[in-house]
This record gives sequence, structure tokens and C-alpha cells, in this order.
Amino acid sequence: MTVFLVLIVIILFAVTLWQMSKIYALSKGKSKDVSGEVANDKDNSVNAKLMIMFTVFLYFLMFYCFWYYSKFYLPEASSEHGSKYDNLMFISIALIMFVQIITQFLLHFFSYKYKGEKGKRALFYADNDKLEFIWTIIPVIVLAGLIIYGLFTWSDIMNFEEDEDALVIELYAQRFNWKARYAGDDNTLGNANVRFIEGINQVGIDPSDADGQDDKVTQELHLPVGRQVIFKLRSQDVLHSAYMPHFRAQMNVVPGMITQFSFTPTVTTEDIRTTDYMKEKMRTIQKIRNDRNKVLAAAGEPALDDYDEFDYYLLCNKICGESHYNMQMKIIVESEEDYEAWIKQQETFKASIADQE
Amino acid sequence: MSAHSNALDHAHDDHDAHHDHHQTFISKYIFSTDHKMISKQYLITGLIMGIIGIAMSILFRLQLAWPNESFTVFEIFLGKWAPEGVMDPSIYLSLVTIHGTIMVFFVLTAGLSGTFSNLLIPLQIGARDMASGFLNMVSYWLFFLSAVIMCCSLFVESGPAAAGWTIYPPLSALPNSISSAGTGMTLWLVSMAIFIASSLLGSLNYVVTVINMRTKGMSMTRLPLTIWAFFVTAIIGIVSFPVLLSAALLLIMDRSFGTSFFLSDIYIGGEVLHNSGGSPVLFEHLFWFLGHPEVYIVLLPALGISSEVIATNARKPIFGYRAMIASILAIAFLSTIVWGHHMFISGMNPFLGSVFTFTTLLIAIPSAVKAFNYITTLWKGNLQFNPAMLFSIGLVSTFITGGLTGIILGDSTLDINVHDTYFVVAHFHLVMGISALYGLFAGVYHWFPKMFEGKMMNKNLGYVHFWVTAIGSYAVFFPMHFIGMAGLPRRYYSNTAFPYFDDLADVNVMITIAAIVTAAAQLVFLYNFIISIFYGKTGEKNPWKSNTLEWTTEHKHIHGNWAGEIPSVYRWPYDYSKLNEDETDYVLAGQDYVPQTVPLQPNEEEMNH
Repeated sequence: MTVFLVLIVIILFAVTLWQMSKIYALSKGKSKDVSGEVANDKDNSVNAKLMIMFTVFLYFLMFYCFWYYSKFYLPEASSEHGSKYDNLMFISIALIMFVQIITQFLLHFFSYKYKGEKGKRALFYADNDKLEFIWTIIPVIVLAGLIIYGLFTWSDIMNFEEDEDALVIELYAQRFNWKARYAGDDNTLGNANVRFIEGINQVGIDPSDADGQDDKVTQELHLPVGRQVIFKLRSQDVLHSAYMPHFRAQMNVVPGMITQFSFTPTVTTEDIRTTDYMKEKMRTIQKIRNDRNKVLAAAGEPALDDYDEFDYYLLCNKICGESHYNMQMKIIVESEEDYEAWIKQQETFKASIADQE
Repeated sequence: MSAHSNALDHAHDDHDAHHDHHQTFISKYIFSTDHKMISKQYLITGLIMGIIGIAMSILFRLQLAWPNESFTVFEIFLGKWAPEGVMDPSIYLSLVTIHGTIMVFFVLTAGLSGTFSNLLIPLQIGARDMASGFLNMVSYWLFFLSAVIMCCSLFVESGPAAAGWTIYPPLSALPNSISSAGTGMTLWLVSMAIFIASSLLGSLNYVVTVINMRTKGMSMTRLPLTIWAFFVTAIIGIVSFPVLLSAALLLIMDRSFGTSFFLSDIYIGGEVLHNSGGSPVLFEHLFWFLGHPEVYIVLLPALGISSEVIATNARKPIFGYRAMIASILAIAFLSTIVWGHHMFISGMNPFLGSVFTFTTLLIAIPSAVKAFNYITTLWKGNLQFNPAMLFSIGLVSTFITGGLTGIILGDSTLDINVHDTYFVVAHFHLVMGISALYGLFAGVYHWFPKMFEGKMMNKNLGYVHFWVTAIGSYAVFFPMHFIGMAGLPRRYYSNTAFPYFDDLADVNVMITIAAIVTAAAQLVFLYNFIISIFYGKTGEKNPWKSNTLEWTTEHKHIHGNWAGEIPSVYRWPYDYSKLNEDETDYVLAGQDYVPQTVPLQPNEEEMNH
């Protein structure tokens, strides 16, 4: 495969060089007049035609991308605020594509239509206050609408109100893995600082703080569906970013300060697995992996793991070192009862310290 | 050199063009104080850095398309960083870091603005040289030094800087956080500190020259838009680059002298660091206070160049000259108060996010005005498709495409889910990378005769170069938006750790192939550039039939630009296809342009320029 590709590249290079020298030779031989390198009528008409072909290419590319690649869009948001996000995104994309289609058409069509010809007279047209006013005021109005819509959504998401039964979870980032700390029965996280990190106390909970005794540190993130979750984010080393694309949620994790984000998950892991979108996605991916496994088997290499069951994930989205690309944590959204059953099994901080001693 | 050069003239002022003193090889080609030579030095250094930067992008694109495959080309260029031809994750991060740094600073800031500000400011305003030729020379040599240091950092034992071109601490501040955060990072910081000094000297010179040294009759509203763009760019540079210098100095102190400006509560390598009370968010503020204006430092000169090239080749005045100046000024002002849109989810107060969303979306207004004015300039023109014109039209196209997605990223809400994904990569490559490169190419094709004593570049090679690049760069960056919207983060060495991204692999292969083809098309340009310097055909004195002053100088470069008196200016630079009062013929019969040096004609209607 590699050799083949390298060969293709080399051949393409050779063709390019050959064509280049040919064009160069052609252009050199023909005329000796001083204006030889200035576009003449023939160049203008050839390039005007290319301009139209380019427009066709550009529209084809846009159409192709929207037609075939829109399947890559994330599925419908699995969080309460996510649907607002998706609406705003849809409106913005529709708007910019509308502007894109019109302006690109005008730009390229004018380039084609007004191609230069000897003896043609261009229009001396330097100013028109009315026109300029119109295309200043239209973006002003449209953007004002977008800004206001955006800001309301933003303040809904960021300045959230805390529900009474809101679940407080600390997301703890260390190179290159994530941990979650649940606040326990008192729903209050104990104080923590990197200076308390010692032995089994990997996230640095203050052993003298009573609030921290019932905290539970886990490697997986379990969330009860329909209940607000308030994430407190803390990093022990460098910047990270907790990115949960399916929940339209992201917040940087900054050493030395605690950042926060909140959302309410609305779709359980089980439910999203049964959506048509996810079934189709899993089928496609499993097929890709099966194909690759055949190649791997032929080369005597171990096969890839199956991927037929979707799980939500949290990934790191701020460069943090060599293994940045593999810093992830599984997220499971489940019913309140399943969550309660799971959290009961987790060991409290107090118990884990006791175990150690 | 004039025929008068002899020992007697040594006593004369350097700027006296009649009596240029004898120059040695060193004073003419190396430590030259002549703005035309300095501009060529900037251009060639910029192009060499560009080759390095683009080659790096091809290397990491190969890795992204075929993760963990073995390539001979990796073994050749990466050596020990590619054991058995498979790229190492840490060198991947180094490659993206240095690619970004080189392209943004060394190619698009110095290579574009440095080249054309130096070439055009004196020539288009009618000055003998820059206000200070010596500072200008120092500015270039500091730039050269910083480029050399940046290149040296590629050969450091522990690897070049790898914290991303934004070098956010603590990753960049802790020498033991990644292997390459040691000497490589130090050299990066030293190189950038010198680069900033160079940029400041250059910018101060440009501003002083534009304000003080305009020829008789050249009022500010008769300046070509190129000069307005360079002038305002220089001002933004003076305002924002010192802030980056302070950030770099504070970071150097954090790294070497145990201070805690950006560090607090860190546990790394099994021990707790003593640092307390600093904040990485402070660094982000300082960095982006330069980082965002930097986008416009890169883009405005390109827009200035395209304004000039489009007007000349459309044989029409640029539409809305005053609106164009107003939008340059508006963009410049707004560019210094929008930096926070890079930090919506950095943990800063959400209220600040609202403010920055507001200012950011405002900047779309002057940008839209510019785009519409370009389109109207083409309307009913007599378009001459010289390569420079094609690149300028290409610039408007990518500027619109890339600019529109800025409306999504500038909206704090929408940024939440596309922040740091390939959507961002697609956006900024189109709007500032490709657009500014098109501006650079347009400038080179257009002013090549002015740089190389009348020689012209081959137009057919120029056409091949443009069309392959235009198709290729859209094929690279348009699909990237879609893998970004799938939630694919940037700066991932490989996407194989997430099976969920498996179906995006084909798109990545397509993008890489398009990138290789596009990069190959740049070889056509290089070939054309080098061959034309030596064997290019000599054209007319004013090959594009342009109005601006630089075309009144002779092919041969002389120190002082004009052999006789400096020409005076009687009109704005955009009197293309202007008719006389009876509308029977052009103002100058049979000639569709009126150079700035031509006084008002008897049967001509006066405009308020």
C-alpha cells in the first residue's frame, strides 16, 4: 500500500514536471513581444471558462460534502440544553450557506461575464452610498438577531440554576486519564489539593475534611438520566479539556483553579444504542473494522476489537502530551435505580484509606 | 549605480540618488539598507521557511491518513523519531507546533507583510527609501536570526517545541512534561522574542515612513489601499506584539527562574511542584491579545494587495474606496478587543464570553463590506486574467468561505462543541492561511517585475499554479468542516483510539491526497520564480498599465528609486477607465488609465480625492 502510494506521488510529480516544461517550452517559443507575459484576449477567455468550471466544482464539492458527509454529524443531543444548541447550529449553517451560495455565484459569475477583451470599456463606478449602506445594514440586522439568540442560549447554559437534587461530580484530569469523584451521601465534595496526593489518595482529597470521607473516586462516569449534573473540573498537571460531544458539553480543565459545567442527560446509553442513527453507524464501523481485520490477519497481526455497541465517551481536547490522543473515559447514562445500585458498590474514600492500613 | 560613482561622491548623502556611492557585494546584497533589496531578502527567507512549513504539513498529513504505517520518507526526514518508519507521537506534536509557528509568523507575517511593506511603501508613496534604512536592515537581520534559531531547534536532541503553536503553559513551562519541552521550547521562545523585536523595528519604520515621507500631493486619501493596509497592520503590530513579548518573558521566568506567573498546584512526575498562585488562563489572555490581532496582521496586507491588483486588472476603480479604508480601520480596532473568543470555554467568566461574542460578530460587518465591494469592483469591468488577478479573486472566494464559518465559531454557544475540533482547523486555514497565501502569490506575480528589474514571471505556469491550488485547497479544507462537526479533535496523533471515528478515515485519506497534490503545485511556482529571476522576459516599464507611482521608476534598481526629482501626485490611484466630460473618450485619449502623476485634464470632471 505504502509503496503504491509513494509511487503514485512520484508519478504525479513527474507528470507535473513534464507538463511544466512543456508549457514553458511552448510559451517561450511563440512570441517575442514585450507584453508576452501579460494576459491577452485568449488568456482571458480561457480563464473565464475555467472560472465557470471552477464554480461548478465548488458547488459540486459543497453539495457532495453536505450529501455524503452530513451523516458524520453527531446524533441528536443527549442533553437538555443540547437541542437548543442544535437549533442554533442549524439556523447558523442555513444562513451562512445561503450567503455562501449567493456571494460565490456573484463573484465567479462576474469574473466570467466581464472577462477582458481588447477595446472593451469598463464602467467607471467608484461609489454608491446607497448600495454600501444596504450591505452594511443587512449584516447588522442579521448579526444582531444571531447575537441575541446566541447570547440567550449561552447564558441559559452557563448561568444554570442548581436543581435541588443536582448531582455534583468532580472530573479529575491527569496525564493521560480521567477520574470522576462523586460527592457521596452529603452531596458535598471534600476539599482537595495536589499537595495531599499520597499513595492511594490519587486525587488529593484532604484526609482531615469530613466532607471528603464519603467521596467516591471512579474510573467510569455514570450519570442518572434526567437529573442535573454539575461538573467541577480539576487538573493535577497541565491544561486539559473535558469534551463530551454527544452532550454538547465542553470545558477546559485548568491546574490551580476549578472550572464548572452543567447539563442534564436525557438519553440513556441503552436508548441511544437502539436509535436508527446509532445502529447504522455501528454497522458501518463494524464493516470497516472487519475489512481491516482481514488485512491484519493476512499480515499475521492481532485483530481489532469489535465495536458494535456504542458508549458515550469523554475525551481530552487540549494538547497535553504524547498520549493526548488516547485520554478518554467511558460515560454511562442509566436509570436512577441502576445508578444508585452502581454507586453503592463504589468504595468511599474513608473505606479505601482503611483498606490500605 | 549611476555613472557618477567615484570617490568624490562618498561625501554625499546616501539618499541622494544622483550620486550613489560604490557598493561592495556585502553592502549591496547582504547588509543592504536599500528597501528593495531588503524586501527581496524577506521574500526569499519567507519562501524557504514556507517550504519547510508546508513539507511538515505533508508529513503529518501522511500520518493522519495512514496512522501507524511505515513510510520511508519518515525515516529520511525524522530519523530517530520514526523508528522503522513509523512516526512517533511526540514528533507528530512537534511537527504541528512548528508548522503553525512557521506558517503564521515566518511566512505570513514576515514573508508577506515584511516583503511588500518594504517594497511598496517607499515606491507607492514616493519616497527615496524607508525613514531609517539602518533600522530596516537590523529588522531583517533579526528576522533572519530568529528564523535560523527556529530551524536549529529542529535538530535538538530532545526534539523541537511540541506544545502547539499557542504554547499554553503548564505544558510548555515544565521542562519534564514532555521530552521536547526542554531545549526545544527554550529555542522557540528565544526565536520568537527576537522575531518580535524584528517585527517592532519594521512596524515603527513603516508607520513613520507613511506618515512623514509621502511625496507632494500624496494626501492620506490618495494613498493606494495597499499602503493603508500596511500602515494599519504596522499599528496593530506595535500595539499587540509587545504583549506577546511580555508573555514570552514571563514564561521564560517560570521555566528558568522558579516564578509562578502561570503555574499553580501541579503534581507531575511523582512530586508536587512548589508553584502556587499563578494562572494558565492569564497566559491565554496575553497570548491571544497578540494572537487574534495577528490574524489581521496576516490578512490585512493580503487584502490590501488584492484591492490594488483587482482594481488594476478589472480596469476599474476599487468600489467604495473610503468604505474600504473605514473597514480596514474598523477591523483593526475590533481586532484588538475580540481575543476572548479563543477562550470561551477556558474557564473565564461566562459574562466575558458574552462580551467577546458581541465584539466578534461585529467584526463580520466590515468584513462583509469588503467582500461586497470586491464583488462590485468586478461588475462591468474589463477583467484581465493575469495570475495575480486570479489569486486575488481566489482570495475573495476563500475569505468569504472561511469568514462565514467564523460566525459559528465566534458564537460562544456554538463554540462549545466545535472548539478545538477540525472545524476550527478548516476555518482558520481557509480564512487566514489560504487567503493570505493567495495574497502573497498575487503580490509576487504582480510586483515581480518591480523586484527583479523588469523580469516577468511566466503566465502559463502561473495559471497551472493557480488552478491546481484553487481546487486543491478547497478539496483539503472544505471536507474538514464535516469531520470537525463529527467531534474529531485536532492535534490527535491518531484517531484509532476511538473506534467511533473509524468512518472518518476515508475523508482523511482524501484530504491528504489533495494536500500532496496542492503542495506539488507549489513546486510549479518555485520553478517559475527561480527560472524567471534569471531567464524571465523583460516586460514594459508599466506592464499592468497601473496608476501607482512604483511603475514610474526605471527597471534598473537605484538607491533612491527615482533618478531625478520625486514625482508629484495629482490624483487618487484608481482612475481606471475614467471618461472625459463629454464621455467621448477616456480622460487621456486612447489610454484607459491615468497615472497618479498626471495633473487634472482640461475636460475632466474633478472627484473629491
